[in-house]
Amino acid sequence: MDWSWLTGRLSADYLPQDPVTIGAAVGMPLAILAVLVAITYFKKWGYIWNEWVTTLDAKKIGIMYMGIALLMLARGGADALMLRAQTALEPLGIELFDTQTFQEVFTAHGSIMIFFVAMGAMFGLINIALPLLLGTRDVAYPFLNSVSFWLFFAGMVIINSSLVFGGFSNGGWLGYPPLTGLEYNPGPGVDYWIWALQISGIGSLLSGINFTVTILKHRAPGMTLMKMPIFAWSVLVAMVLVMLAFPVLTATLGMLALDRVAGMHFFTSDGGGNPMMYINLIWAWGHPEVYILILPAFGIFSEVVATFARKRLFGYATMVAALIGIMFLSFVVWQHHFFTMGAGANVNAFFGIMTMIIAIPTGVKLFNWIFTMYKGSIRFTAPMIWFMCFAVTFTIGGVSGVLMAVPALDFQVHNTMFLVAHFHNVIIGGVVFGYFAGIYYWWPKVFGFTLHDGIGKLAAYAWQVGFVLAFIPLYILGLMGAVRRLDSYDDPTWQPLFIVSGIGVGVIALGFALMVIGMAYSVWKRKELADTTGDPWDGRTLEWSVPSPAPFYNFAITPRVSHRDEWWERKKAGLKVPTRSDYEDIELPKNSALGVYIAVAAGLIGIGFIWHIWWLAIVALIAVVVFVIKRTFDDDTEYTISADTLYKLDKEARA
Amino acid sequence: MKRLLKASLIPLGLSAFVVLMWVLVKDVTIDVLEPTGKTAIEQRNLLYFTLGLSALVVIPVFGMLGMFAYKYREGRGADYKPEVDGNYTLEAIWWGIPIVIIGVLGVITWQSTHSLDPYKPIASDKPPIEVQVVALQWKWLFIYPEYDIATVNELPLPVDRPVHFSLAADAPMSGFWIPSLGSQIYSMNGMDSQLNLMPEKIGEYKGYNTNINGEGYSKMTFTADVMSEVDFTSWTIAAPGEATDNNLNMDLATYNILAQPSLMAKPQTYQLAEKDLYDTIMAKYMGHGHSSSSSKTDDTEGMNHGTMNHGGTH
Repeated sequence: MDWSWLTGRLSADYLPQDPVTIGAAVGMPLAILAVLVAITYFKKWGYIWNEWVTTLDAKKIGIMYMGIALLMLARGGADALMLRAQTALEPLGIELFDTQTFQEVFTAHGSIMIFFVAMGAMFGLINIALPLLLGTRDVAYPFLNSVSFWLFFAGMVIINSSLVFGGFSNGGWLGYPPLTGLEYNPGPGVDYWIWALQISGIGSLLSGINFTVTILKHRAPGMTLMKMPIFAWSVLVAMVLVMLAFPVLTATLGMLALDRVAGMHFFTSDGGGNPMMYINLIWAWGHPEVYILILPAFGIFSEVVATFARKRLFGYATMVAALIGIMFLSFVVWQHHFFTMGAGANVNAFFGIMTMIIAIPTGVKLFNWIFTMYKGSIRFTAPMIWFMCFAVTFTIGGVSGVLMAVPALDFQVHNTMFLVAHFHNVIIGGVVFGYFAGIYYWWPKVFGFTLHDGIGKLAAYAWQVGFVLAFIPLYILGLMGAVRRLDSYDDPTWQPLFIVSGIGVGVIALGFALMVIGMAYSVWKRKELADTTGDPWDGRTLEWSVPSPAPFYNFAITPRVSHRDEWWERKKAGLKVPTRSDYEDIELPKNSALGVYIAVAAGLIGIGFIWHIWWLAIVALIAVVVFVIKRTFDDDTEYTISADTLYKLDKEARA
Repeated sequence: MKRLLKASLIPLGLSAFVVLMWVLVKDVTIDVLEPTGKTAIEQRNLLYFTLGLSALVVIPVFGMLGMFAYKYREGRGADYKPEVDGNYTLEAIWWGIPIVIIGVLGVITWQSTHSLDPYKPIASDKPPIEVQVVALQWKWLFIYPEYDIATVNELPLPVDRPVHFSLAADAPMSGFWIPSLGSQIYSMNGMDSQLNLMPEKIGEYKGYNTNINGEGYSKMTFTADVMSEVDFTSWTIAAPGEATDNNLNMDLATYNILAQPSLMAKPQTYQLAEKDLYDTIMAKYMGHGHSSSSSKTDDTEGMNHGTMNHGGTH
């Protein structure tokens, strides 16, 4: 009896062989099992299902995004640590991984860090902060928000389950064909990569639509676009980029998938396919993607610097202009990722110059932040320390970026450790430090207590020192001829620098551990660290006008806005105690489990394609359609809180 | 005193790091910064110039950042002006300065991109050497059509004479790079990339594959052996005969074995028996690709990559 129609190409051959991978493949399911047992033992299933899994509250969805992002940061960081341990020790004959596993691990490192750490933390922070900053109760489409999160979750499950069964792609985080084509990579690894990105990518696209509409249509009365907090502007610009760029990713991965499962020839070397088209397309998404990640980080820093310098943001209008300028420019620079593919000098020069032009608005933003500090009264709390580390690190990354934007120079550093150092320089220095600043800044608003500031600062120092140790040697190595993605090298003079780099990654890991320890310590000391005022930083924007933790309805009374720094101005003018007549009935979204169901079905479509279990893919696809239709017939999606109840709740929260 | 100690930690730490880096690299050749080829030397100079130009922005940024952070910290009692939120003159200055710097750099970029275009022949009173490069899984095949020689993972070149490379791949996209000589370029299926270099100093220089193309990627290195014109000439005369004596003839059968995914233990020199080898390899991928009008002809099917090297796809 042939069972292959039922199980596709699943077979025992795909079980992990390598000792490190076996460890992870056994450890991970055991850890998950332990968590499930614990939930059952403490009888928390009802709580988790009702309060978290089915929630449509943006703040809770945001917290779940952040939780996954931190978990994935640990996974991707462990990958990084092992990769650098290998390059530090390999000349001594100590190999952690064979080549195949090494290549899978760096592919996983890159994919996880971008799609499940950076994107996750970005959507997490936006979910937590954006509605509060805009003075609104929720996002435009709360249910869609839940679908987005669970699609992200499904992608995360897929990318991690490759560790247990089947292995991962060895084609790098952007998976260039023909290497990732059927011819060189017939196994399920590349399919895992495609479907993890595809499913979470669709979630990102939906989020992009959701937040764009939220910003355009759900701002508090009186908040004109030019009165929005700059963070909202940065999110708006990033989400427009998401809406324009992510369909390109979906289409590109879709075509690669068709090449692989349907024998098509979009990107093959033969049959009329063209792999260079893939490289263009993936970067037409990929370059805007880095701006999607960095712009909200810029927004966070703008809020952080103004708050802790206790001063209005310097040059608000130029900040907005710079954001919009970057938005347009980010779509005309993609070719700088492959100057060495043989385009003519005119093409290379055009894209090189366009790339450098981005340095202008970016530089302007930096000057504006620095002059926000000018004549301020600066408190160096943890978020502000992250800003200082960012300002230094990101600037260095900017310089190496300008160097690489000159095509003639790129020909000497492209695809080397220099490039690796550059993009970690801007992504860690910019995106990661920015989101960390956001975590320390908004933590009290969601949890009701601040994070321990001293441990937070220590963590920032460790990240900064670790960064320098880990990546400055890589710049030098690149200039020595060390190309990226090396699992071994025969030049002994490279080893000392690789050892320093490995130690640096260790120091970064220490920084991460300090963050986690700081969080645990702060939970333990939450009484001492409690934020009783709702405004622990003497803030400027509306999120600090509500109690901490922010109530599920965000604002008991819809705020009316007449200033950019609305809360700061209100405090200056003197706060009024609201009376019963200020309260009105409000409507909030009801919980829904359909978001989870849709994501589970979407995940099964992915599994079906990865393992060629076609009936599963078809059934799951039908299920998705059915769930979506079911939701459209559901008219009873909101519930009302009466003004009386709200008055009582608000009084309690403010007591 | 404690504050002074704390403030001196940053410069002290940085100095220690710089010393550490210097100790680690002082006896080591940094290929890109110590170039021996015409292109690489110009690129090194351009690198220093661009760095200098960037310093014009970076130094004031770091200076102001440190100064303001120190001067306007809370509790120091410095001038506090919470309502200041802009200044057209200042903002015009920091739009202006980067625009001027990027303007200068833009002009230099335009010129250098054209003057250092890898496709542009290098001016010299000597004619260029032709070398055809084929990236394989996981070795470099170099074909010297003028001398009937093919080598693997070893690239003998005469000093002070331009070299014109034509590059293709019979493997996933790879990248050809000799840091000491300059400019890397991708080698791809059926694409015939071009690269012009000119070594200016005798010596052995490492060459690398810069783009991941499978399991043997890290070990896909080669040596560019730059020798005197006389040595090179005698090599070109002696090599084909020696190779034939050792039964090392590069015909299609030998090539097809070489093109299988594998690593080479040591470099090899062959007599080039199949004169049109490079064109044959190129043609394998050009059956349908670039002339869409002839898409129905299927005559190159037997030559396609899958059937030839891997016994078909799965």
